[in-house]
Amino acid sequence: MLLPLLAVIVLIIGWPLASTIGLSLSDARLVGTAGDFVGLTNFANTLGNPSFGAAFLNTAVFAFASVAIEIVVGVLAALLLDQEFYGRTVLRALMILPWALPTIVNATLWRLIYNPEYGALNALLNQTGLIPDYRSWLGEPSSAMAAIIAADVWKNFPLVALIALAALQTVPKDIKAASIVDGAGVFARFRFVVWPYLAGPLMVALVLRTIEAFKVFDIIWVMTRGGPADTTRTLSILVYQEAFSFQRAGSGASMALIVTLIITVLAALYIATIRRGVARA
Amino acid sequence: MERRPLLQTILVYAAAVILAVVIIVPFAWLAIMSISSAADLSSRPLNWLPQTFDFSRYGKLLTVASNSAGQAFLASLRNSLVVAGMATIVALIVAVPSAWAVSRHKQVGWSIYLAIATYMLPAVALSVPLYKGLAALGLLNNVFGLAAVYLTILAPFTAWLLKSGFDAVPREIESAAMIDGARLDQILRRLTLPLAAPAVATAALFALLLAWDEFFYALLFTSDQRAKTLTVAIADLAGGRIADYGLIATAGVLAALPPVIIGIVMQRALVAGLTQGGVKG
Repeated sequence: MLLPLLAVIVLIIGWPLASTIGLSLSDARLVGTAGDFVGLTNFANTLGNPSFGAAFLNTAVFAFASVAIEIVVGVLAALLLDQEFYGRTVLRALMILPWALPTIVNATLWRLIYNPEYGALNALLNQTGLIPDYRSWLGEPSSAMAAIIAADVWKNFPLVALIALAALQTVPKDIKAASIVDGAGVFARFRFVVWPYLAGPLMVALVLRTIEAFKVFDIIWVMTRGGPADTTRTLSILVYQEAFSFQRAGSGASMALIVTLIITVLAALYIATIRRGVARA
Repeated sequence: MERRPLLQTILVYAAAVILAVVIIVPFAWLAIMSISSAADLSSRPLNWLPQTFDFSRYGKLLTVASNSAGQAFLASLRNSLVVAGMATIVALIVAVPSAWAVSRHKQVGWSIYLAIATYMLPAVALSVPLYKGLAALGLLNNVFGLAAVYLTILAPFTAWLLKSGFDAVPREIESAAMIDGARLDQILRRLTLPLAAPAVATAALFALLLAWDEFFYALLFTSDQRAKTLTVAIADLAGGRIADYGLIATAGVLAALPPVIIGIVMQRALVAGLTQGGVKG
């Protein structure tokens, strides 16, 4: 029964991964000969390559900032949706929409919003008197990464909110009521009553979102292609350029494997987290 | 519901309005851009609401005339449907028996962690060998080739989701039928699968949405109307020299409609899957 899944994993995942490892030890090009064995030269070059270091830093900034903001905004939204008010059901239903919007459409939408000549953001800030002149939000190194992070947060914080909301609803009502009767303040209630139920699922969301963020490609490709002046070039974009634009398959493979190593550490962290959850349940 | 102080009630409603606006406005703007005239979209100050409604772009994208924007768009729509459909069906055929086996036999429990780890692998780690492999088989720029590549994502992912689905079907039912003399294949077909049907349907939806959303492999492995998917077609539009931003927005609306409708209609199942599947192993 397991055979089909294991066959898929070995054939179209295991084999390519193994051959990426082989490529990383060679000077192969994307098209043509297999190339010669060059040992660990590619890895040494990659680790000494300032572009790789810069791309790593860009990726870390994107992942850390977008995930941190998504978690904070997501939890705040979940705390709100856990209150009782008219229209709560509708608002809760709306939260699925940004999640359902395809990533490419989201990126395209925000690219239009940030448009330097006709974009809605420029129009809004200009017509309310906040900026005197239109700006190129995605064209200037100082704002491009922040603009991309904002677009990513908009799409992904609702997912965190939904996960956090499901966790909030597992907090027993009588404990909540008792803590209010006992006179616990808002922060004490959050820290000692709500947080123990929130921490586990939030940790899972945090690790999952960090993994996704470290692999980021689509949104950046559509919005800036890694520019301006490489300030939004993340690891996946760099590997794409190295292996496919410059056709240096061997060198690209070595970069891809370093990315894979980072993701593997995060994935191990994820699996350890859910296994601990399973053991506790 | 305990009485809240007035101030708190006002704050709750203010926050709810802000959250609703944040979620809705970008969607509304995408829709408005798609029906505003090009003149309205490029005016300064910007006309937030169109002077005249212009639905012609929908007609343009949804009618076939040779060498038109509509022809390219509809071809990519068809490719997206075909690739997502095929990949989802094959993924389920692969994942259903495997997920059942993992759910019922603790000694192969490790394989679900293997599936999770492979699902999380960055696409860049597999892309070069997959490219060379498809090229060798003559399957570059081919919907079957792309669907096969999508299995690398969908098969482990659906297996992961389905495992929790089968966990929820009590094995005692299977044992009872076994004692009554039913064969294993009868039990699975008549008993387990119907009971797990909602989980299978949810997994199929997630797989479809994932394939519909995919961009990286489609960008690498397709090059023209024979296989290019919707995500690549939209990225082409967004990155191209199109003067009419409304046309890009229209393509975005059309690409977003299927997943957004699924998101609204299947709200409950999706949220349950998102919050549960992510938290449980």
